[in-house]
Amino acid sequence: MYSGASVFGEQRFPPPDFESGYQLPVAATPPARGLAFQYLDVAVLVVALGVALWLIYRRRSRRGLFWLSLFSLGYFGFYRKGCICPIGSPQNIVLGLCNPGYSVPVTVIAFFVLPLAVALFAGRAFCAGVCPQGAIQDFFLIKPLKVPGWLEQGLGIIPFLFLGAGLAYAATGTGFVICRYDPFVPLFRFSGSMFILLAGAGFLLLGMFVGRPYCRFLCPYGALLKTASLVSKWRVRVTPDYCTQCRLCEDSCPFGVIRQPSAGALAPRLLDRERRRLGWLLVALPVLVIGGGWAGSKLGPAAARLHPTVMLAERYARQQRKPVSYGVMTPEALSLARVESNPEAVLSEAANLRWRVDLATVLFGGWAGLVLGVKLIALSIQQKRNDYEPDHGGCLACGRCFSYCPNERVRLGLLPAEQMADTAK
Amino acid sequence: MVTKPQIETPVSRRQFLRNGARLAALTGLGALAGVMSNRARADGWVWQIDPAKCLHCGNCASNCVLEQSAVKCVHAFAVCGYCQLCTGFFAPDPNQLTTGAENQLCPTAALQRTYVEDPYYQYTIDENLCIGCARCVEGCNRFGNGSLFLQIRHDRCVHCNECAIARTCPGDAFRRVPARQPYLLKTTAR
Repeated sequence: MYSGASVFGEQRFPPPDFESGYQLPVAATPPARGLAFQYLDVAVLVVALGVALWLIYRRRSRRGLFWLSLFSLGYFGFYRKGCICPIGSPQNIVLGLCNPGYSVPVTVIAFFVLPLAVALFAGRAFCAGVCPQGAIQDFFLIKPLKVPGWLEQGLGIIPFLFLGAGLAYAATGTGFVICRYDPFVPLFRFSGSMFILLAGAGFLLLGMFVGRPYCRFLCPYGALLKTASLVSKWRVRVTPDYCTQCRLCEDSCPFGVIRQPSAGALAPRLLDRERRRLGWLLVALPVLVIGGGWAGSKLGPAAARLHPTVMLAERYARQQRKPVSYGVMTPEALSLARVESNPEAVLSEAANLRWRVDLATVLFGGWAGLVLGVKLIALSIQQKRNDYEPDHGGCLACGRCFSYCPNERVRLGLLPAEQMADTAK
Repeated sequence: MVTKPQIETPVSRRQFLRNGARLAALTGLGALAGVMSNRARADGWVWQIDPAKCLHCGNCASNCVLEQSAVKCVHAFAVCGYCQLCTGFFAPDPNQLTTGAENQLCPTAALQRTYVEDPYYQYTIDENLCIGCARCVEGCNRFGNGSLFLQIRHDRCVHCNECAIARTCPGDAFRRVPARQPYLLKTTAR
């Protein structure tokens, strides 16, 4: 009855001329968190990374790292409510690269770059003491069980796939899935959807028996840090000076990354077979990449449907074929009414988006093939190791293994040095 | 395997490859940071609702990640007609034009009515009570001046990287705005 009777730019009821000297109030506009506080976050990150490095390499102190991660959980977790964090930052970087309308804030660039730069030189100091998501899982770890090697290696490729999917979704503007499915941020906020709160609780329960499950089998930023720390200059070592091969540290790592010394050269006949397998895998790598890209191209239409605009365009198309009546003033009915007022705009935007998502899924498929191929190749390359030492990529630098080493105990003065004489060499 | 005589080299082959990879990664990271910060903004973004696109559907009340939505109703007093029969305040066909709960549109009595002078009434929002359901916004926009509108309150918003309400907004009304000017206030009707 009344709808549509609006006059644009003109008030239906003119503002009154008050006679009582009434002053118009002004609506309050509480400001967003100040810029100075954002730089404070970066400063805290830098200091925390520095302290973590000092604790890992100078003090070799598990206790210090524990207190540092408790602080990080308090500051980045419960005080900053888990946002801003480096885990989601690759999405912002990619959105900034692919979408000229979005410029990445300086603080986000700092949060993306700093932990990675540290990892290139000194491993995953960020994971050890600065990441609140890692810290909360660490506190729940009571009885670490050993994950079988095949499962560990198999699940280990999920972070890379999640990273690829997250970047593909961010690049197309579909959304930030890494942030959406972060199980711990809702716990830091004490609010969130039921599904994600249950997922967070599930991860913590699992984390009581499997050390830091999110970090090892899901965290996409962890995948980047893992790759970066493969080439790091300084590495976490179990022993402060030399390894006596006493095997005391063998089972000390709750994340199962301490590796044995390599067994020596393989027998020539076996070596030949290993070489041939490696050769085949190298040949298979491009095949896997192309096959992955082809499989990815089949995912395009399904993946595009997750974008709100594409979803709306499809609902509109369905509505044209077979009208469904949604309730009055429901979000569905309102959004359909918006499309009907200008179908061209939404439909052309959806077509453009479909094209972009198709490209992104092909790239994602190729990436998945590459990850699989590289993983298989890495598994068939023999690493030469003389001592018991942590895996370079997988080590979270938590420092738990330090105190298992008798040489560390000598260093700390807990064990007289002469007792070591018979075990050394 | 033939054992070669050990040559004293300053860096092993593996070490050399690692150094090279690290240098390449650092260069890449530096270049990425350079390209990014070239176009970066110091102050960053916050989410905000464009009142011109808002369809008052009610999603804001329930879809925020916070238990109490960060979206609240805001009043542009300069646009308000100070009506006695405010269609944002009163339910359709009210029994009486009084503040009785049965007459009010607001489910939480967050919209408060105070007498100014005959026949004008001032309407203010108690943000602690407002749940951002936009019923008053719908009433005011449909029949009145449209002086009531929804805004994200930045003292409450936790600034998610991806706004959970924006994802489901039927009017596509959410967008990132510069943190320096974090509100999109109404100054004229419509």
